[in-house]
Amino acid sequence: MIDWSWIPANADRLGPAILQHLVLALVPVLIGLVVAVPVGWLANRSRAARAVLVPAAGLLYTIPSLVLFIVLPGILGTQILDPLNVVVALSVYTVALLVRSVADALAAVPGMVVAAATAMGYKPARRFAQVELPLSLPVLISGLRVATVTNISLVAVGALIGIGGLGYFLTDGFLRGSSTSILVGTVLIFVIALIFDSLLVLVGKLATPWVGAGASR
Amino acid sequence: MGRRRGVALMGGLVSDVLAWFADPSNLTGSTGVPARILEHIQYSGVALVIAVLIAVPIGAYVGHTGRGGFAVVGVANGMRSLPEIGVVLLLVTFGGGVSLTPVTIALVVLAIPPLLGGTYAGVRNVDRATVDAARGMGMTEREILTKVELPNALPLIIGGLRTATLQVIATAAVAALVGVGGLGRYLIDGLGVRDYTQMAAGALLIAALALTAEAVLAGVQRLVVSPGLRTSASAGRRAAAPPSEPAPPAPSPTRSTPEPELARS
Repeated sequence: MIDWSWIPANADRLGPAILQHLVLALVPVLIGLVVAVPVGWLANRSRAARAVLVPAAGLLYTIPSLVLFIVLPGILGTQILDPLNVVVALSVYTVALLVRSVADALAAVPGMVVAAATAMGYKPARRFAQVELPLSLPVLISGLRVATVTNISLVAVGALIGIGGLGYFLTDGFLRGSSTSILVGTVLIFVIALIFDSLLVLVGKLATPWVGAGASR
Repeated sequence: MGRRRGVALMGGLVSDVLAWFADPSNLTGSTGVPARILEHIQYSGVALVIAVLIAVPIGAYVGHTGRGGFAVVGVANGMRSLPEIGVVLLLVTFGGGVSLTPVTIALVVLAIPPLLGGTYAGVRNVDRATVDAARGMGMTEREILTKVELPNALPLIIGGLRTATLQVIATAAVAALVGVGGLGRYLIDGLGVRDYTQMAAGALLIAALALTAEAVLAGVQRLVVSPGLRTSASAGRRAAAPPSEPAPPAPSPTRSTPEPELARS
């Protein structure tokens, strides 16, 4: 079932595919984060903004990925094989996911802490950057983990319409009847998703040393 | 300029898609829209029922006893990292031959994490005072689970079901890749002959089906969730609001430190 000679024979193609997969999956995470923080901040500021923005983000998330990959060229004026379609589609999903996370994360910051920071003379911008945002990191990072893992998995869908990354080994392996190719691609995507998930957990632990410090157990 | 070209392309695509939907040959027979929609609902429904039967009892048991919570969260996270397409294609090539079984298995694998996470988090997050009160009233553990914890957990359980349903409907399109039916046929067949109109029509149908399912489940949620949960704490209300993404259970003011592990539900 598994053709072990396939791996050395294709080793030189795996590296670039992994790299491309990571770029296609992670660039949207960064774009999504940059867009979602101000939008989520807005959603947390007023009830009306929240009532519009959070359901709207949820609605965006309901669009199936394959659908978005196919429809985006018509909207962006790109070719259907343009990797930009995948980047834009996954950025949309990341924003959709993170707007809610950011709003919830900011809502979880205790009001007294914000009031204390204001009393110490923090201006709103500095208070947001140095108090509210750091304190909201635990919830924000759990949102980022979902977005990152989902993106790494969704890039593979792009292979259905011919866009590279590790998904190529899935569709190509299927066409050639090579289960090894599919297996290697699937396992690599799975392992990469797990690695980045663990990395984000680690980043979260390092960035929020106060979490759990209060619990005396 | 690129944008103008994009808008023009878009306009052309819209009229082409409208013409596609007006063509009777696309609306009748075994490859027509109604037949494909029914197939799609059937594939998604079977997978969701199996996933509910597996995930809800496990999530409820682990949430109630608190034993094995770490393992449940770990397994749910791990399953979420699996690329579904890879799972489908692997099952087809290893399992030998085209059938619905590999597709169904992959969809079940996809639907379990949100359902398991939602049920576990929902049951686990029921106010301990409420559970203690039920125990004090002399309820058995089984009664506590079925009459107190599960009804209280419903918003998060249905939230998990909504996420699972969306993902399953979206991913069932992949089934077409391995030769079975469903709305994905329009995408895969259209891709084969570079017929973007057909692909766009299929894409629209899948999105419409996903939105319809979302609306239906939102209605179900209104019907079955106790009104007491809707009006009481803001946390309950927030959790009942449309969590159409794998949303972390909304942090409530009474729980000052949201647990990141739990939040991956």
